[in-house]
Amino acid sequence: MNGLGIHIEGVRKRYGEGDTAVDALKDVNMTVAPGEVVGLIGPSGSGKTTLLKCLGAVIEPSAGRMTLGSEIIYDDGWKIPDLRALRRDRIGFVFQAPYLIPFLDVTDNVALPSMLAGRSNKDSRKRAMELLEALDVAHRAKAQPSQLSGGEQQRVAIARALINQPPVILADEPTAPLDSERALSVIRILNQMAQQYQTAIIVVTHDEKIIPTFERIYHIRDGKTFEENGEGKKP
Amino acid sequence: MISLAGRDILHSWSKFVFTGIGLGLLIGVTLSMAGIYRGMVDDAKALLNNSGADLWVVQQDTLGPYAESSSIRDDVYRSMLGLSGVARAANVTYLTMQVRKGESDVRAMVVGFEPGQPGQPEYLVAGRQITRNHYEAVADVKTGFQIGDVIRIRRHDFTVVGLTRRMVSSGGDPMVFVPLKDAQEAQFLKDNDAILNERARTAANPSLNRPGVPGLLEAIQASQTSNRNVNAVLVQVVPGTSPEAVANEIKRWKHLQAYTRTQMEEILVAKLIATSAKQIAMFLVILAIVSAAIVAFIIYTMTLSKIREIAVLKLIGTRNRTIAGMILQQALGLGLIGFLVGKTAATFWAPIFPKYVLLEPGDAIRGFIAVMLICAIASTLAIRAALRVDPATAIGG
Ligand SMILES: Nc1ncnc2c1ncn2[C@@H]1O[C@H](COP(=O)(O)OP(=O)(O)OP(=O)(O)O)[C@@H](O)[C@H]1O
Ligand SMILES: [Mg+2]
Repeated sequence: MNGLGIHIEGVRKRYGEGDTAVDALKDVNMTVAPGEVVGLIGPSGSGKTTLLKCLGAVIEPSAGRMTLGSEIIYDDGWKIPDLRALRRDRIGFVFQAPYLIPFLDVTDNVALPSMLAGRSNKDSRKRAMELLEALDVAHRAKAQPSQLSGGEQQRVAIARALINQPPVILADEPTAPLDSERALSVIRILNQMAQQYQTAIIVVTHDEKIIPTFERIYHIRDGKTFEENGEGKKP
Repeated sequence: MISLAGRDILHSWSKFVFTGIGLGLLIGVTLSMAGIYRGMVDDAKALLNNSGADLWVVQQDTLGPYAESSSIRDDVYRSMLGLSGVARAANVTYLTMQVRKGESDVRAMVVGFEPGQPGQPEYLVAGRQITRNHYEAVADVKTGFQIGDVIRIRRHDFTVVGLTRRMVSSGGDPMVFVPLKDAQEAQFLKDNDAILNERARTAANPSLNRPGVPGLLEAIQASQTSNRNVNAVLVQVVPGTSPEAVANEIKRWKHLQAYTRTQMEEILVAKLIATSAKQIAMFLVILAIVSAAIVAFIIYTMTLSKIREIAVLKLIGTRNRTIAGMILQQALGLGLIGFLVGKTAATFWAPIFPKYVLLEPGDAIRGFIAVMLICAIASTLAIRAALRVDPATAIGG
């Protein structure tokens, strides 16, 4: 089991100080169970990216408490010391653009976080191949990222996010560049992976095509979150 | 862990190879510059070795005969022979001039020496030494002459009977050895018009052309056209004698300057070549700066074009040290390619240079270390830019 999934309580984030200060997050509360995929939806400027950055341990909240997996990572001014290792071992990132490393082939792109965590090249590549097979891109294992289609690149990026079996995956508009069939296939894969590895996944999206697939959706408006039950139409 | 730097180099190898070649040609020029300097020093030593002298006796207060002009009477050598500790002593003259080679001119240093005495070229690569007292010559292969060719020096023709190698003046001009008397004549020989003019002027001078003194005018005219000066006397000391002691003796009693081999080397290397050495050092500094600028610029632009990838690498937990190492290795890789290209180029083009280029392995090693240091320093700019990249930018807006 991958601990407690994601638990966020009263998180606030203020950018800047004084007159120019922006309260991007005012009161964010979220819970994502292990094995669950939730949607995060909100208008532009509502604080979605800010929240992902806080959860992704690249910016620090101003207040509140965040728990990832079995670890409290932030508690009212206290944060765990090694954020870099936290990102490497406990969080998988999937972006709107796949952002693969252009000078590594598909296998090594996927294997890299595992190698960075100190596992051998051989083990890392073996695990990468398993994931590529699960995501149906194993036939492109030796290709360069530039030789892949958009959908293939996104699946490789998902494999990379999964390789260290993180308790948490943060996905920022992962389906934006894809047509509806491929978008749904990405969501199907995320659901499958969440089930298989007991990963808690947050998907930030505007994408009308995939919104009906979530069982639970968090709306964020003006820095505050509201929970809603989704349609849960599994793709 | 895989080598990120190596993968990136393989991925954009054409950029690396072309930059490496450009940098390599610069490094090649740098190595050649050092080689030219080494060649000059080596030529100077060869010049001293081949003269077979222990002491160079020249005009007082001069740095002659190679670095400054020196003129002494040609009977001085006899008084040298009288000194204890002196085995042999002989006159030599040096004159840099244009000599005629068929239809064209060659710039050469004409050396006058007495056959069989110090000053004679020690090693011939072809032919024989001069045996006649007139109109034979030994030439350096760099002059382009071959055995049997005719060299025209002023108004006389000399037949080439022997060839030397690497006998060049400190200015790089190849040497032509001729008998002393001929060289003395060439040094002071005037053309026909000048002689006729001079004769007429002497004849018109009533104090030199006195009636009733037969033979006076002829004697004066002969002394005006013959030359009784040489540039230096080369001395060999008796084995076991200290050249310094003999040199001190000469300086004390004969009002002449005497240099030992070490002093002569000092004059040639430290004084004569010093300016060239400074010039070359200046070039080396400029080339080092240019190379550093090229490496810095290339590595910096390559890093800037990878900002997004670097942000992603940081986001997924790559250490700063790993990223800095990647950039440093790329800079060193560029330096390595450059050095290999440069060393190959320098070795390839060294023989084509008109002056002797001596590529010493020690210089190559020093050059390699310098290139690596320069590349490492040049990469710091890019490393700083990479370390400033915020992993949050990978998440975007
Ligand atoms: N670095 C920053 N400094 C100051 N204000 C910021 C910064 N980043 C974001 N903001 C502000 O915080 C608020 C929330 O921004 P955020 O990027 O989280 O919105 P978003 O929901 O991701 O919007 P979008 O859908 O357009 O991407 C906005 O008002 C934005 O202007
Ligand atoms: Mg955003």
